[in-house]
Amino acid sequence: MADTSQTDERVKEISAFRKAMIRPELGGIVGTVAVFTLFALFAFDSGMFQAQGVMNWSIVSAQFMIIAVGACLLMIAGEFDLSVGSMIGFAGMMIAVFGVVLAWPMWIAIIMTFVICCTLGALNGWIVVRTGLPSFIVTLAFLFILRGFTIYIPQTIERKTIIGGIRDAAEGDWLGAIFGGKIGQPVFQWLGDAGIIGVFERGSRAGQPVVDGIPMLIVWAILLIIFGHVVLTKTRFGNWIFAAGGDAEAARNSGVPVNKVKILMFVFTAFCATVFATCQVMEFGSAGADRGLLKEFEAIIAVVIGGALLTGGYGSVLGAALGALIFGVVQQGLFFAGVESSLFRVFLGVILLAAVILNTYIRRIITGER
Amino acid sequence: MKTFFKGLAVAAVAAMPFTTTSASADGHGDLSYVLVSHAPDSDTWWNTIKNGIALAGEQVGVSVEYRNPPTGDIADMARIIDQAAASGPDGIITTLADFDVLKGPIMNAVDQGIDVIIMNTGTPEQAREVGALMYVGQPEYDAGFAAGQRAKGEGVTKFLCVNHAIQQPTVGERCRGYADGLGIDLGDAMMDSGTDPSEIKNKVLAYLSANTDVDGILTLGPVSADPTIAALQENGMAGDIHFGTFDLGEEIVKGIKGDIIKWGIDQQPFLQAYMPVVILANWDRYGVLPGNNINSGPGFVTKDGLAKVEEFAGEYR
Repeated sequence: MADTSQTDERVKEISAFRKAMIRPELGGIVGTVAVFTLFALFAFDSGMFQAQGVMNWSIVSAQFMIIAVGACLLMIAGEFDLSVGSMIGFAGMMIAVFGVVLAWPMWIAIIMTFVICCTLGALNGWIVVRTGLPSFIVTLAFLFILRGFTIYIPQTIERKTIIGGIRDAAEGDWLGAIFGGKIGQPVFQWLGDAGIIGVFERGSRAGQPVVDGIPMLIVWAILLIIFGHVVLTKTRFGNWIFAAGGDAEAARNSGVPVNKVKILMFVFTAFCATVFATCQVMEFGSAGADRGLLKEFEAIIAVVIGGALLTGGYGSVLGAALGALIFGVVQQGLFFAGVESSLFRVFLGVILLAAVILNTYIRRIITGER
Repeated sequence: MKTFFKGLAVAAVAAMPFTTTSASADGHGDLSYVLVSHAPDSDTWWNTIKNGIALAGEQVGVSVEYRNPPTGDIADMARIIDQAAASGPDGIITTLADFDVLKGPIMNAVDQGIDVIIMNTGTPEQAREVGALMYVGQPEYDAGFAAGQRAKGEGVTKFLCVNHAIQQPTVGERCRGYADGLGIDLGDAMMDSGTDPSEIKNKVLAYLSANTDVDGILTLGPVSADPTIAALQENGMAGDIHFGTFDLGEEIVKGIKGDIIKWGIDQQPFLQAYMPVVILANWDRYGVLPGNNINSGPGFVTKDGLAKVEEFAGEYR
């Protein structure tokens, strides 16, 4: 974008500044610094910045990041997916049904679930591009359809809405471990032995560190962010995503396969939701019909805090990741700071509003629009 | 940027009155307890719980906090328990809404040296398994048994149990306990009524006209009690047949007032919140602990006790 200024000396002089300002994630960076400063002041001695506390908000942030990456790319491509939360509940339930009720090997259950969910994502996208209806409406329909099946299927088969026993069924399964395992245990054991992080005082785990490894959930979040960022900024396909969301007609005229791009982004969003669900059921061992409620909005909020435009064509995966970090830190941090928990939504609203105003302000400086 | 900081400044100022809710003024705010529930923000029943811990905190001079997953997502609740443990309180009071999910986080907290009391949902056995100090709640079988004994004294010989939640085994325990308390066999006295009001009403009517020797009815909550009241009013047996119910609700209170319902069984959520705080505080201060689990219910609400129920409905009752 700044390339046009290369020939003009006067513009070149401020291009470094503009280059720094032009990043969509600037708002996210500022917000992250502000949020950490705030909690360092208000909740420093509450355990929030000790190993266990850090792991707590990191996991919650990582959860948001996983769904935010998908939602971000989709939003840049100019569409929404409101079925993310229902997809999370649905995917978890599918794994439980295949792996526990039907007693399939867990890796087959997981792969099958990914296939089904990605197909549903493609169906979402196909309906949107075929009918030209707003994705808001189409995915809203899927929000209800998927949630309905998530309640109906276990009710019919098992006469209950929570299916447990997934952890036992996934014991020793290679694919299950990729979603539900932990890495780096020796490092944490060493840290615990060295007294750098706390250890359990009693019980069967006495002597083990309170944080005993990095959950795969966090690894998945980081991998997805890197993948999303590279695709978006370093590949031709990334340019297509921007183009599809910026001006679909113009993009089509210049040969961008807009429909294909959009459908693929719906598939990717469904993929992210399924990753979220799989990590969750592998960790907790049960799938419930009410899992993932309202997660679609949390994903969208993280993306918007991260500087993406609701209308598409503008945004950044790194920004969305920072948005998810802010969201997670604020959500758990308010508990650490001892704030009355019913006020959580108030803070969420205030931060969302502040972030959007800031982002708009930055964008106006950059583009010169009024 | 200024806007953003301004926003945060506003947030910070707004936060100040609420930070560490009640480091009580009398200098006893050294102990802190966290209650984690499974209820979504929209569930008003838990307001009694919030008020219960707040009152207990005030009276025994400890700081208490109430936390819950805003949407009622149990996986989110597990994170909140993790978080509560990380903030290092003296004790955690929580429910066992989903044993599979919550077992891990609760056991981690216990192993960290935090005292845990299970309240409301769960069983004494599960509480023991996760290493909690005790369980405070209403064991369903015992509550039914107490109700049965009471009904026996009031002359019930054959009864109908209207079960609107047949898929929940714990609710059915109420019927089994009731039968055992009466000292008779449950047999086919438990009716799978479904949840549709007109269906329940007609099933009750049909059952009562087919079994004329039934002289007692037990309903398991407002869902089955309200249509049963309507059924009795229709066939003229209201006030004539012995009628007891679990839980309280607007129609049930009216029924008790109008002599249609003999008593309502209250699980007394206030006690489920109040008692754990008091117990934890005394455990931490003096090392004393009751030797058994505490049954918060059954509390029998009769016509005489209605004044207090109405006065404190939604607050402490």
